[in-house]
Amino acid sequence: MDIVNQILLNEQKKAEKYKPITVDKHLDLEFDLGTLLAFDTNDVDSKLLKSNKDDYLHSLTRDNTQLLLNKIWELPTERIDEAIVVRLPQPTTVLPRAKPVPKPRPLTKWQEFAKAKGITKKKKDKLQWDEQLQKWVPLYGFRKAAAEKEKNWLIEVPQNVDPMTDMYEKKASEKSEKVAKNELQRLKNIARARKVKIPRVGLPVTSDKASATQLATAATVAKASTASLGKFQDKLPKEKEARGKGVHELIPGKERKRRAPIPTPQAERESNLNLLDSILNKRPKIDMEKAVAKHIHNEQVMRSEEKKNMKPSKGKRKGKGNATNFSAKKPKAGRGQRNPNKKTPGRKRR
Amino acid sequence: MKVLSEERTRILFEKLTKYIGVNVKLLIDRPDGTYCFREKKDRVYYISERLLQLAQTVKPDHLISAGTCFGKFTKTNKFRLHITALNYIAPYASYKIWVKPSAEQQFLYGHHVIKSGLGRITENTPKHQGVVIYTMSDIPIGFGVAARNTMECRHADPLATIAFHQADIGEYIRSEETLT
Repeated sequence: MDIVNQILLNEQKKAEKYKPITVDKHLDLEFDLGTLLAFDTNDVDSKLLKSNKDDYLHSLTRDNTQLLLNKIWELPTERIDEAIVVRLPQPTTVLPRAKPVPKPRPLTKWQEFAKAKGITKKKKDKLQWDEQLQKWVPLYGFRKAAAEKEKNWLIEVPQNVDPMTDMYEKKASEKSEKVAKNELQRLKNIARARKVKIPRVGLPVTSDKASATQLATAATVAKASTASLGKFQDKLPKEKEARGKGVHELIPGKERKRRAPIPTPQAERESNLNLLDSILNKRPKIDMEKAVAKHIHNEQVMRSEEKKNMKPSKGKRKGKGNATNFSAKKPKAGRGQRNPNKKTPGRKRR
Repeated sequence: MKVLSEERTRILFEKLTKYIGVNVKLLIDRPDGTYCFREKKDRVYYISERLLQLAQTVKPDHLISAGTCFGKFTKTNKFRLHITALNYIAPYASYKIWVKPSAEQQFLYGHHVIKSGLGRITENTPKHQGVVIYTMSDIPIGFGVAARNTMECRHADPLATIAFHQADIGEYIRSEETLT
């Protein structure tokens, strides 16, 4: 019996060393196990806090920690490598962040366009089978250049190109141009994102030739770049002014005017009619064909009139030879003038 | 619905005078109310003032068209007539081409008018004149541009093009979704 008592005593002593795992609280604690948080909403005992601050806070913390651990033990446990682990649930407490939320990166011009058009990037394999080399060739990067070199050991000079051109050099220059263009566009994108004003004309053209619109814009701006804003510059016969976005802003003193108010129906009709009159009254171009035809017609009319006038004088004259009506043309059968009194009608003989 | 700018009005009228000459005045100067041209998304609509007032109560984003579409301005600022304008052009047309019944279908499928299909042609039609194409029973079926003048037509070979096709009523079916 002694031994039993001894053991019981020891157990009691041991139990006294540890505090109990059950804690009494007036109000239940609020837990957020995901972040291992417990909120104690019970009142603080102000008397104890004043008299024995450290011990009180210590015991309070222990009790609350005990409660938190009790809650954790309620969760399903697993055993991994002799250690008991528990999977914590998703945290529910929202923590405020210290730094502001990062802004999304501004889209490049292409990305904006692709988004508007619904174009998505297609994933391509890094390696592609090359029929010519009969092996897998990377799309870019390591061993791509070597493969290209192996593939292009000979480049044909096309028919329409000068036979003495170095095609390798041409290819290299094309490549460097592409890189330069890409770099320019990258810088433009950065400028756009930072809202920096960049000149629209005067920039180097990205391709080897400037486009028609670029040239027209440049010409229009250059023309307006005089002291009198191009007011006294002559125009070429069929010159067109550059239109489109931003051209007007480039020309000083030509800011877009405020839109004119909608005219009244009567005023609009009047102005339309005036405009039409000016169009219809335009001096017509000389139509050469028509003019020549008209001239010929006039001449024919004149001739026939003359003939009519000649007729009476001819009737008075008698005899065969009529010198006035002589022509060098070949006489035509059945077309000549006939004498109904004559007995034998037929070709006029001379 | 925008008011056409002066430049665009000029371009429009110049195009219309190619087909109906002086009669463009009759389109503006009508006894049965005032009619005007309005522009929306580069398309030009011929609309009566009264209808325009009613159309203006609709939010611009929701308004697709009002009145009759006459055509559209291209990106290069040229005016192109649409077949929908035929109703207003045909009665005033000064130069006409009538096609034979056998050639009607060819034209309505979008082909040019060739000499063999030519029934009649207005006297003194100049070259490159806007013409309205009619069937022999005087039903307007489209318009185009004369490729030859009347005199040249007489001596043209049967497969020579007499009028270039521009628009025909077959478009009501062929390009139904783009006509407004």
